[in-house]
This record gives sequence, C-alpha cells and structure tokens, in this order.
Amino acid sequence: MGQASIHATPPAAVPGDKVSGPWRDAWNAFRKNKTAMLGLGIIVFFVLIALLAPLIAPYGFKDQELVNRLKAPSGDHWFGTDDLGRDMFTRIIYGARISLWVGFFSVIGSIIAGTFLGVLAGFYGKWIDMLISRLFDILLAFPSILLAIAIVAILGPSLQNALYAIAIVNIPSYGRLVRAKVLSLKSEEYITAARAIGMTNTRILLTHILPNSLTPIIVQGTLGIATAIIEAAALGFLGLGAQPPDPEWGKMLSDSRQFIQKAPWTVVFPGLSIMLTVLGFNLMGDGLRDVLDPRMKN
Amino acid sequence: MNSYLLKRIMVLIPVLIGMTIIVFSIIHAIPGDPAETILGQKATEQSKQALREQLGLDKPWLQQYFNYMGDLLQGDLGTSIRTKTPIAKEIMPYLAATLELTAASMLFATIVGVNAGILSAWRQNSWFDYTAMVIALIGVSMPIFWLGLMEQLLFALKLHWLPSIGRMDQRNPVESITNLYVIDTIIAGQWGQLWTVIKHLILPSIALGTIPMAIIARMTRSSMLEVMNSDYIRTAKAKGMSQFLVVYKHALKNALIPVLTVIGLQTGALLGGAVLTETIFAWPGVGRYIFEAISSRDYPVIQTGILIIAFIFVLINLLVDLLYAAIDPRINYK
Repeated sequence: MGQASIHATPPAAVPGDKVSGPWRDAWNAFRKNKTAMLGLGIIVFFVLIALLAPLIAPYGFKDQELVNRLKAPSGDHWFGTDDLGRDMFTRIIYGARISLWVGFFSVIGSIIAGTFLGVLAGFYGKWIDMLISRLFDILLAFPSILLAIAIVAILGPSLQNALYAIAIVNIPSYGRLVRAKVLSLKSEEYITAARAIGMTNTRILLTHILPNSLTPIIVQGTLGIATAIIEAAALGFLGLGAQPPDPEWGKMLSDSRQFIQKAPWTVVFPGLSIMLTVLGFNLMGDGLRDVLDPRMKN
Repeated sequence: MNSYLLKRIMVLIPVLIGMTIIVFSIIHAIPGDPAETILGQKATEQSKQALREQLGLDKPWLQQYFNYMGDLLQGDLGTSIRTKTPIAKEIMPYLAATLELTAASMLFATIVGVNAGILSAWRQNSWFDYTAMVIALIGVSMPIFWLGLMEQLLFALKLHWLPSIGRMDQRNPVESITNLYVIDTIIAGQWGQLWTVIKHLILPSIALGTIPMAIIARMTRSSMLEVMNSDYIRTAKAKGMSQFLVVYKHALKNALIPVLTVIGLQTGALLGGAVLTETIFAWPGVGRYIFEAISSRDYPVIQTGILIIAFIFVLINLLVDLLYAAIDPRINYK
C-alpha cells in the first residue's frame, strides 16, 4: 500500500455557529431540568453569601457578647447566639466560605492528581499502569473518612490538613475515571490518525484525550464537592479539621452539642447549612450527569 | 467459580500488603520525632527512648516492617500505649459493638430502602414516588452526625421515647457471652433486657443507615423500572398474574442483582460512618476506640483499628463479588 498523505480540511465556519455547540446544547438541556436548576440556585446562593460575607454579616464572627450567651433567635440575632455570645447567623455566613473553599479546592487537588495518574496509567500502560492501578486499589480498600482521619492523625489537626486529607482520599475515584476514559479513547480511530500524521504523545494528550475526558470529570467533580464538604464537616466535628475560632459548620456542631437541649438553634442551623449546600451540589451533579453523560446514569 | 475465587483472592494479596504498608507507615509519617509527638514535649529522653524501643522505632525501616508483619501474622496486633493491654484482646468487645450496630443499620437500610424503591417503581410518578425520592435525595445529602444529633434532640430529649446514648442501661448490664448484646440477651432468655438493647440500637442504626437506605431506594427504583419494562414482565401481566406477584415474584428477582452490589458496598462504607455515629451516641465500638486513640495519640491502636476495619471492608467487597457471581448466571467469570 502506498503512502497516503492526509490533508485535513477544516469545515468552513458557519456564521452564527457560536449559538449552537455542545456546551450550548448542554446548557439548554440543563436549563430544562428543574431539580438541577434548583441545585444550581442553592449553590449560587451559598457562593454569593460566602463572597459577600463581610457585607451581609451583622457582626464579626469572632465577636463575643458574654451577656448574650445562648440567646434564642430574635430580631437582633436571627439564628440566636452560641455559648460565647457569638452571633450564629454571622458564623453560618462565614462558615459558607470555609465549606465551599475546602470542597472546591480539595476536589481541584484530587482532579489534578487523579488526572495525572490516570493519564499516566491509561496512556503508557504496562508496569506504570500496574503500579498506579494497584495504588488506587489500596487507597480504595479503606473507607474514605477513615483514611482521611488517619492522614490528619499523622499531619496534625487543622483545616489545611483536612483539605489535604480529603484531596488525597478522593484521588483514586478521579484517577480510575480518567484511566478508563483514556483506555477507551486510545483505540479510537482519530487517535490512530493523529499518531499517523506524527503528532507527539503530549500533543495527543492535550488536544484530544484530555478535552474528551472532561465531561465525566465535571460530573464526578460536582458530586465530589458534595462529598468533600460532608467529609470536611465530619473531620471538623471530630475536632480534626478547622480549629477555634474558625466558624466551620462541623466544628460549630460539635462545640454546641452539649447545649443541644438548652439551645437547639446552635445545632440546628449549622447542620441545615451543611445539608442544603450538599444537596445543592448533589442535585446539580445529577443534572449535569443526565445532560453531559447520559450513559453514566446508574 | 473456584478458579474465579482463587483469582480474586490472588488479586487481593497485593492490596492487603499495600494496606499493611500504609497502616505501618502511619507512625513513621508523623513529622518530627514520633516518640515526642506521642509522649508530649515534656517527656524525658529516657522515656522517649523506652517508647522507641517498645515500638521498634530504633531499628531500620525494613526490619521494622518485617517484624510488624511477622507479629500480625501471629495474631499480635500490638499493645496499647494508653492502657498497656494487648490490642487483640482489648478490641474484641469494641468490634462486636460495631458489628451489631452495622448489622442493625444495614437491616434498616435494606428493608426500608428496597421496599420504598419497589413501591416507587410500581407506582411511578405517584405522590408516594415523589415523596420517597425527595426523602432519598435529602437522605444522601444528610450529614449523619447531624441527623444523629437531631434524633437525640427529638426522640430522646424532647419525647423521651428512646435512650440517647450507650448500648445498654448501665445499672442493668448484659452478661456478655458473644458481646453481641442482642444475641447474648436471647441466649440468656432476658427478654426485658433484649427490649432495652433494641431500644438503644434504634437511633444510632437509623442515623448510620439513612445514607445507605437512600442509595438502596434509588437503586432499587431504577433497577425495578428497567425490569418492569421487559418482555417477560409483560407476558406475566398478560397471562393475568396479580400485580403483587408480578412485582414481588418475577420482577424483584432480577431487579435485586444490582441492588445487592449496592447493599454490599454500602455495608463496607458503614464501617467508616460508624466513627461518627459511635462518637455521637457514645457507642463503644471500634470507631470510638480509634477516635479516643487519636485524642490520646495511641498510635498502635490507631494503626490496628484502621487495619481491622479496612480488612473487614475488603472482605465484604470480596463476598459481594462472589455472591454476585453466584446469583447471576449471566455473569461469566472465566
């Protein structure tokens, strides 16, 4: 067979093409999904609260008024006060910053590390794949919260270390996803074609494989933020995450536990906030999955 | 099947070895001097040296690991720094308490989850379906430690229906034989005590079982919906079989296969969640045992506790895989 030269002619740009496209279509489908939009609404609400915290919060989150200890919700203190007389509403608002920050950045960390390892394993195969896949198996052999506890027990309790721990324990879920995607893409004809025209591995990875692995990562990442927020709150609750006086929701719950009967509002509001935020990310993640990756359903 | 079992166990060996390396490394990964971290800054050099010798930290790393593995294989799980008791002996009652709690939680999650899923699919788009699925959605988003606190607030502190903490009435302790109190009280024929034990189990097992319940309900629903649309169900309906029999006898059998996997995986996940539930309900299980060890920097207990839970987790996953292969003839594991 003679050598064939490949001349790829890009299709001529259609005027107004920007209006339609895979992302645009996805957004249109997403918009029709009511529960997903509700999730997005909840997330936007908490993000706004977090960003505007200094403007919205009526008090400082460290401000103590010892005369007003454990006061029930009122006009002055919408969500009541805690055992040090701090305004619960203010602390919940600032708490949104911490939870979203940990949720978002731990997931970004897991995605970066997971993608790197997943690509290495899937693309280069052989012993690298063996090694990385076994590492994932081992990490997945621990219940995630327990592994996070172990990591914090080593590094010492702090919000920063809780974030690292959560990022580390979730690496395998992204790594496996990317690896599987790379493996399936690798045998696609257009990758073979790209190789045939002499594209380097790095370029194939960057221009073909990674962009095509993006959708499952986005879906998993959105659901992953929900998990990460709960894990961070759990570590905070166990005293292994945020430290006082940081207004972290999980830590607020454990600090107020002993007053549950006398001042239930100190326990009700932080928990509700965790639940709502997590619900928002779960709803949005489910919606994104339906829109971006229908095959992943169930 | 046997060759599959063998292959599956062979794959597990590197995972188990990897697990021991990770757990073994916990103590070595502590930044700075582990002996000082454990004993505190005020400890004398003499006591620190004694601890290093006790934990074998003064030997080369590889030798330490092989000693550790040798001890593990002989059933020596180390000694608690705090209580100076062998962990293998100390951990048994804690382990039994956790097993009892996880079993009760899973029982709750399976019975409620599977039935809610079936009814939801059967009456698709009815108010029951919507309500059940909204509850399931909230359930998966629920921080279980908060759910536990809310249960305590409502059912123990406000309504006084159920005890808020512990496994048993302290004034009337159960004479432990297996350390599984439900079984112990049945063996002893102490029905009053059995009721007290069950009452103590209700709140923590609902807290721990809620997330798996929600996941099982969602899985059962979608799996049932898929099966209900298949030809053999249409045939069963066409020959005039009652709805109930079609759903529970024909559809459920096939729909349960993926559900079973979820049940198994969730059982493993419960072991992690147990740390939180046990802390809230002062349940004397492995989770609390590990948590207390963290507070007192009892690293051998942390290591062993985590290893045991991870080991049970892996074992459950193996069993699920095997069960899956056994009940679904379509799966070919050659």
